[in-house]
Amino acid sequence: MLYNQPNPLEVRILTKRFGLPNSESIDTYLANDGYKAFEKALGMSPDEIINEVKASGLRGRGGAGFPTGMKWSFVPKQSSKPKYIMVNADESEPGTCKDRLLIEYDPHQLIEGILIAGLAVGAQQGYVYIRGEYRYLIDIVDRAIDEAYARGYLGDNILGRGIKFHLATHSGAGAYECGEESALLESFEGKRGNPRIRPPFPAVAGAYQSPTVLNNVETFCAVPPIILQGGAYFAGLGTPKNGGTRLFCLSGHINKPGVYELPMGFNLMRMINEVGGGMRNGRKLKAVIPGGSSCPVLKADECDLAMDFDTLAAAKSMLGSGGVVVMDEDTCMVKAALRIMRFYAHESCGWCIPCREGTAWLRKLLTRFHEGMGTRNDIVLIGDLAKNMLGRTFCPLGDAAALPTISIVEKWEEEFVAHLNGEPCPYDKSSRLVAA
Amino acid sequence: MTFSPELEARFEKFLAKYPADRKRSAMIPMLIYAQDEVGSMTDELIGEVAKRVGASPLNVNEVLTYYSMLHRKPLGKYHVQICTNISCLLVGGEELWNRACKKLGIGHKEVTADGRVSLEEVECMGACSWAPAVQVNYDFYHDVTMAQLEKLIDGLTAGKKPEEITEVQRVNP
Repeated sequence: MLYNQPNPLEVRILTKRFGLPNSESIDTYLANDGYKAFEKALGMSPDEIINEVKASGLRGRGGAGFPTGMKWSFVPKQSSKPKYIMVNADESEPGTCKDRLLIEYDPHQLIEGILIAGLAVGAQQGYVYIRGEYRYLIDIVDRAIDEAYARGYLGDNILGRGIKFHLATHSGAGAYECGEESALLESFEGKRGNPRIRPPFPAVAGAYQSPTVLNNVETFCAVPPIILQGGAYFAGLGTPKNGGTRLFCLSGHINKPGVYELPMGFNLMRMINEVGGGMRNGRKLKAVIPGGSSCPVLKADECDLAMDFDTLAAAKSMLGSGGVVVMDEDTCMVKAALRIMRFYAHESCGWCIPCREGTAWLRKLLTRFHEGMGTRNDIVLIGDLAKNMLGRTFCPLGDAAALPTISIVEKWEEEFVAHLNGEPCPYDKSSRLVAA
Repeated sequence: MTFSPELEARFEKFLAKYPADRKRSAMIPMLIYAQDEVGSMTDELIGEVAKRVGASPLNVNEVLTYYSMLHRKPLGKYHVQICTNISCLLVGGEELWNRACKKLGIGHKEVTADGRVSLEEVECMGACSWAPAVQVNYDFYHDVTMAQLEKLIDGLTAGKKPEEITEVQRVNP
């Protein structure tokens, strides 16, 4: 059963098997183009594979949008240490729920992408780091891995071709920070998930200080279609330098929230109105978080734009992880800022002082403000504190906490001012629950 | 310390996943699966896992305090986790949370007197498009209404298992 109905505007490349009976089984996968890309890749040189991925314009789907082919090309060809493929399935960016579906409905597509990455960089071992809360997905991937071993797609002599690749799942235990690549690697090694200073990047010194390809689930899942249909085909689905489709997770005050696969560059207003079914209860749009809670928030009049990495960057926000959170006119932006900051204060690992102290103080200031006990000076202080966190931490969590806060204070200053009179919050109105 | 044969078999698999000199990688997976069986991070469990992965109990303690799913005190048999992060907040996650606290008479990370139910206000659980969302142990509940939450809590406090509360559908049974 699918969690939401597909939309006719979708371009279903990665999700094309979603909804098929037993879509998670290797038989369904094999009957629907499964492992054909891997067999094709077996006849290609590592450079040919990497060039195809480069030509596809595929950029990291975890949020940073780094070109995948280039990332793979950074892995040294000769290495005295074993190389690793690491899958980031620690999906925890607020607003994001797509990797869950890619694993739940089509785990073999992920495995095939991992195998192709292994061929491209010469790795023989892969791990799928899955957040602990996704226990049922760990079971799904474990079963898929067992099937792949049984059918000869994993093991010491894959398909009798003398190629070796082993794959295993790895459970996290609850930590947003472990979705950050270097913290994930620390956690994988059985340590606290504190980030590492870079360089060296994981491509050179990743898991066990060995060369490691580390990508998001969706990034690996895009690889089989790219190899099978060609990088140029995939690139042509999106906008220049933003190849392919991506899974957008629509949530918030819209009529048809859900995960939809749309071409890169799809217009955000069309996404809200035509895919998401428009605003709930006929209310007006106030704000959109375009790609997970770490992104600067867009005002309603900034939302007529193409959803790709470069357009969002030009609009001083980010495409991020694909989590599109839609807020209507009754939303209190101070409360939104506060809830987002509570999250980052909770998840800051405490390694870097600007993040540990900054998020804690911003949480306190925003709490006080939302309770009507803020002062006019606090508005300036919140902005200043947040700006002082930028670029001063090992990992992007500090920036991720600061950026939405800065955008909300700058764009909705009047809402902060409206909280100054000691009255109950003027925006947060009636119940937000949808009647059953 | 003895574990069930199932858990021992799982541990064996875990330890075989990683290079021979990197057994410590198995620590966190072992801790979380062991906690499911033992109930919490007891000193005995910490010592046992430390021994098996070649680390000191101090190493294990240092690691486990980092992770929100690992806890020193036992939780309820059914751990009800309610998300109030942004996507859930926008559609009533906070109201669900407040109602659950009131109904059970307990707060964040507290357990009912009979040890059956515990509550936790959690961060994003990856169900944003089907918000508000609730997890009971590892099972997801999507698009939860107030009426469904009430039925769920009534059922759990009355001694039912989640699968017996048929009025409320788990999405990954």
